[in-house]
Amino acid sequence: MLSFILRRFVSMIVTLWLIITLTFFLMHAAPGNPFEKEGKGLPDAVAANLNAFYNLDKPLIVQYGLYLQNLVKFDLGPSIANSSDSVNKIIARGFPVSFQLGLVAILFAIVTGIALGVVAALRHNRLIDYVAMVIAVIGISVPSFVLASLLIKYLAVEWKLFPTATWGTWQHVVLPALALAFSPIAIIARLTRTNMLEVLTAEYIETARAKGLSPATIVFKHALRNAILPVVTLLGALIANILTGSFVIEKIFAIPGMGKYFVAGINNRDYSVIMGTTVFYSTLLIFMMFVVDVLYSIIDPRIKFHGKEREG
Amino acid sequence: MEKLLEVDGLQVAFKTHGGPIQAVRGVSFTLHKGETIAIVGESGCGKSVTAKSIMRLIPEHIGKIVGGKMLFQGKDLAQLPEKEMREMRGSQISMIFQDAMTSLNPTISIGEQIMEGIIRHQKVPRSEAKRQATEILQLVGIANPESRLKQYLHQFSGGMRQRIMIAIALVCKPAILIADEPTTALDVTIQAQIIELFQTIQRKTGVSIIMITHDLGVVAKIADRVNVMYAGKVVESGPVREIFYNPQHPYTKGLLSSMPRLDADRNIPLSPIPGTPPDLFAPPAGCAFAARCEYALEVCRAHQPEETQLGSKHVVSCWLQDPRAKKLTTAQQSPTGT
Repeated sequence: MLSFILRRFVSMIVTLWLIITLTFFLMHAAPGNPFEKEGKGLPDAVAANLNAFYNLDKPLIVQYGLYLQNLVKFDLGPSIANSSDSVNKIIARGFPVSFQLGLVAILFAIVTGIALGVVAALRHNRLIDYVAMVIAVIGISVPSFVLASLLIKYLAVEWKLFPTATWGTWQHVVLPALALAFSPIAIIARLTRTNMLEVLTAEYIETARAKGLSPATIVFKHALRNAILPVVTLLGALIANILTGSFVIEKIFAIPGMGKYFVAGINNRDYSVIMGTTVFYSTLLIFMMFVVDVLYSIIDPRIKFHGKEREG
Repeated sequence: MEKLLEVDGLQVAFKTHGGPIQAVRGVSFTLHKGETIAIVGESGCGKSVTAKSIMRLIPEHIGKIVGGKMLFQGKDLAQLPEKEMREMRGSQISMIFQDAMTSLNPTISIGEQIMEGIIRHQKVPRSEAKRQATEILQLVGIANPESRLKQYLHQFSGGMRQRIMIAIALVCKPAILIADEPTTALDVTIQAQIIELFQTIQRKTGVSIIMITHDLGVVAKIADRVNVMYAGKVVESGPVREIFYNPQHPYTKGLLSSMPRLDADRNIPLSPIPGTPPDLFAPPAGCAFAARCEYALEVCRAHQPEETQLGSKHVVSCWLQDPRAKKLTTAQQSPTGT
């Protein structure tokens, strides 16, 4: 177990380094710079001073080295567009908001998705199964920003059930979380249903019935555990899906989360904000993947961190 | 001997797109206390369906008991509400399946799979369930039961897995143990061990066993009485010695002679029963075996044979037993019949 975590940790660091390097050079390869907007350049002397302040006058490889040096100290540097703000501060401000939204969306997606999938499988080929699967197809095919607009139009503007936008109370979380969670719900529901249908015909389910166990015990203890394994595998990708989706959704709902700063950072060519948010999100995602792997082996004891525990 | 289970005229049909398929067409047998009966026959003859029907394990939307009675403890299992049937399963009647690898849950520890039945039926605390689980693992011959309880299916060998299945089935001390081909998926050496385990357990607990198998070697070793099934019916039944030494139904004879023998000349090919079992969507009007039977008479194709009592317990359903038919031994010399 320990050696597994160590090995994973090293590979996580390597992955992160690759992401940092790629983003850094791609970002600098794009034409333009933070101080140049729509062709209107700054006076040369001012530009030279600014460049010197942000180390932009040094060769790219030196900038890269300096960036890594600061990164090791967890210093993501000052924001270029707004020099009074450091990237660390921006993240500290934006992330709690995004985290709340993401967490609500993910939990909602997992619970609703699995519930829908299980119900559909248990009522296979009956009305509720068809209804659930139609919802799933809609969820997979409708992009979250379209859904977000519809939610705002009906639930917020016409029926006035929830606030249209911005952030603050729990009511503000509902609509964006719903918009974010909808397609993951659909994916999880379909996957759960398919696996559940397969698992329910497994012989160990018959054994469980032969023990006289109640249908509820059979479904939740014996079937669900085996049926959600593939869902757990998918979880890593779904979390990524929700994270990236949140950039758009935060923009639509005017939520002061990470997405807002990320998008603004790109528009302003704010190098340190782009790098900082990318590094931060990459770290988060890589860590999530690791958590999913550990989770996987907890649910399915056959998956071990090292393959030597078999006996004959 | 005390009668424990009386199956009388059991009929089971499966729903399919092509119409109902009559898998079991009137099976009757009696199981006494402490005895082992075998149900033998080739694949698709309805032996497993019979077993699962006693447990009422066939889901309603797939297949149904359409006739017959199954009397157990004064109750007809065929009519018992599902809730009462659940109380029976695992506590009064238990079942062992063919392949323990797929019949046990891979993601739940062995201990939990044994204990959940105990907790379900005896309503005892976990510590007591654990004690019983340890005890039963010891009984089925698994060393270090305490530490083994925490392990998972993939950490056991094939023979051990089958022992665990047996432990799960026996842990609530059922009156009847139904074993559906319990040795088919095992190596021959392990088969012998498992069969011996059945015998040991029966001696210790007095459980009655219904052994479903197509392996006549297993039957000879363990069964007191044998029911030979063909196309959803019992065609011959009797004490094991009678069936092996004095088979009266041509199908039973065919089964016995198709079994390879150690002392036979290896140049003589095995003698299989030619042909295939009948289509159970539309079972034949007469004897189902007539089409493959080398002794078949005209009456065989048109009418179902009646049961004929031979000796005190030997029963056979075959037209050759009719006084007007030729005897099996004489018929053998002129297989064309009348």
